This record gives sequence, structure tokens and C-alpha cells, in this order.
Amino acid sequence: MIFPVRCITIALLAGTAVALAAETVSLPPEQLAKAIKTDAMTIPTPGELFAALEKPGKPDWAGQYRTPIPMTYRNRAQIALNLGGLIADGFIAVEAQDSQQVKNIGTDIIKLAKALGVSENVLSRGNSINEFAENSEWDTLQEELEATQNEVKTSMQSHSDQDLVILVSLGGWIRGTQVVSGSVIKNYDEQSAKVLRQPAVVSFIHSKLNGLGEELSKEPLVKSVNEQLAEIEKLVAFQPGKVPSLDEIKKLNTAVSKLMEEIKTKADAK
Amino acid sequence: MKRRIAIVLGLIVFAAGGALRAETDEEVEAHRSVLDLTGAFSNEGFKLRDGHWVGMVKPRERTLIAVNLYAGNQYWFAAASTEKAKKIAVDLFDENGKQLVTETYNSGEKAAAGYSPQSSGQYFVSLGLLEGETTTFCLVYSYK
Repeated sequence: MIFPVRCITIALLAGTAVALAAETVSLPPEQLAKAIKTDAMTIPTPGELFAALEKPGKPDWAGQYRTPIPMTYRNRAQIALNLGGLIADGFIAVEAQDSQQVKNIGTDIIKLAKALGVSENVLSRGNSINEFAENSEWDTLQEELEATQNEVKTSMQSHSDQDLVILVSLGGWIRGTQVVSGSVIKNYDEQSAKVLRQPAVVSFIHSKLNGLGEELSKEPLVKSVNEQLAEIEKLVAFQPGKVPSLDEIKKLNTAVSKLMEEIKTKADAK
Repeated sequence: MKRRIAIVLGLIVFAAGGALRAETDEEVEAHRSVLDLTGAFSNEGFKLRDGHWVGMVKPRERTLIAVNLYAGNQYWFAAASTEKAKKIAVDLFDENGKQLVTETYNSGEKAAAGYSPQSSGQYFVSLGLLEGETTTFCLVYSYK
């Protein structure tokens, strides 16, 4: 039994029995292909990725900080991508339990969110992030970051910016993968390396990018990101059960770092 | 707890198919019910992912939702429906469609499946209505 204590707790709460599934079946590929895929369920949060990385031992989270990014972007796609990356930075600061870094990043998240014209609800979350950071409420902070990200996305949807939502998720995924691959390179072990197998995540994001509106998909930055993502998809498509080698992880880290740098600095975005 | 209240309060609107619309009474009921269930997992240190899927499930039909899991993490997938459902099931399949042995919890219109993947990648959560009428389901998941 993997979760005996919890199962008992639940069983007691509900007054019912807990049992292991007895019979197993297999589903055909055609049925799997029809599975529902959504941003909210199919793309993991940076928090999930970082939780898995921590299992073999606490990484040097502070060693994964990066210099502050510009707050002067004018291109909405570039803002959305960087906003996703910043939210991942927020998760890193929470993992590092660094109050000041959380507050700095929280301020930047709100600045970028403002630039996208998101709702007042999102802006008020900046105060909550500061308050939770002051009180070292790390679990609550992680929840607040997730809630902020979702509120930004909901606000985008209500402002007919649906296409930007996937860019926020993508920015977070790229930054998260950069941090995790960087951390694994510094202290390679098989358990940590295994978290980097994520072909279906990239495939899903890639399919959403291919469905973007004509205007957005023609933007130089979005076009470049989409092209590079095709290559990155190959770099995270390890066979099930195969542990990625250090060399394979270095290649992945180089690819996502290049993409992250372009998202941060590309100047010719419209 | 604070967060669960906020989520329930936030049920007024949610995003679906690119447009914002009000949740139906059934969706609110199913969502509230599944959050009650996940409270037990939170007490065990599981973090609730701030996101959910809600939709109709018909009797004897399997609804699949794709998720991506990380080796090393532990997960609980919890679902609840309205009282129109008398018995529901949550199952988990790997990327090849093979059903996985999970910890399971079933109590009428609520059910959950617990799993610790050894391999990172795509998995499929299956929602089934074993007894009762077609109704709304809500799925969430927790991890640690």
C-alpha cells in the first residue's frame, strides 16, 4: 500500500472501504486519442515539476535564480511568455524559502500582468503574495502563485485574449524545464533525470501553438518559439523507463536556455 | 482551507472552450463535492492543483482526461458528481492504454484513485458512471 495512513483517514471520514482495483483492462489507441486535453489538467504546473525534483534531495534553488527581466515589453505575446517564466521564478523563490525574492518577483508579475490589462482581482494578489512572503507561509504562497496564474488566464479569456493563455503556460514550462535540467546537470542522479521525460506536454503545447490565430502565429517571436519547440519535443521524448543521460540533459538545457533568452531579449517582436 | 473557500467562491464563472460562462448548478454541486473529498488529501500534505475539469458523463461510457505526471511524485485524482449518480469510478491508464493498479476510494457519487508513477509522461484518468443517470462530473487532482 502506498498511502495507508491517508486511505484509512479517508475511509474513516466517509465510513467506506478502500480497496485496490482488482481487474485491469487495456484501452485502444483510438480511444486514447479522443481523450480530453485542457490547459488546466494536461499541462503540469512548475510546482509539480519542482516537487518531483526535490524527492532525491533538496536542490540549490537559489543557485537557479536569474537576473531580473525587463519590464518594458510592448508585444503582448512576449509579455505573456515572460509572465509564465516569471511565475515559474516565483515557484523557485518559494522553494528556496526566500521572502525578499518572492516579493521582488511578485511585484514584477503584477507589473507584467498590468501591461496585459488584466483584471483588478489579479492586481490585488500582489498584496497577498507580499503578505504571505512576510509571514513565510510557503505552502500558501505556492497556492497563491498558481491562483494568480489561473486568474491571469481567466482575465485573458474574458478580454478575448484566449490565444495568449497557452503562451503563459509555455513560458512557465520552458523556464521550469531550464531550471530542472540545470539543477540535474549540477548534481546528476537518475531519479531527478527521470522527471525530464515530457513529450506529451510539449506535443500538446505545440498543437495549441499551431492553432493560434493568423496574426499571432505570424509574429516573429511566436514563429521562432514554435519552430524551436519542435526540436525540444524530440529532446524530451525519452523511451519509457529509460533514464536520460547527462549528455542528453545538457542538450535539452542548451535548447531551452536559448529559447528562454530569446523570449527575454528578442527586440524585433512587433 | 482559505484556498478551498476561494475556489468555491470562484465558481461563479470559469473558462470553457475559450469563452467565459456561468457554471450550472450541477457543476457547482459537483465541484463543491469534490473539494470536500480533497480535504482529506490536503491533511496528508497533498497540494491541490488549482484547476479542474467539469463535464457530463453518461452511463457505461468512459470519459478520458489526459494528464502528465512526474516520476517521484504521489498523486490523487478525485472526482464527484451530483446525486443523480449512485456509483462512480476513477481509474488510471498509462500512455499505452494499460490500466494501472491504484489505491482506490469509492463512496457513491465520489471516487478517487491514488498513484505514484515510476515513469514521467502522459497518463489518462478515466471517469465512469457505474450506476445512475447521466450527470455532471468534476475532476481535480492533488500531488506531493
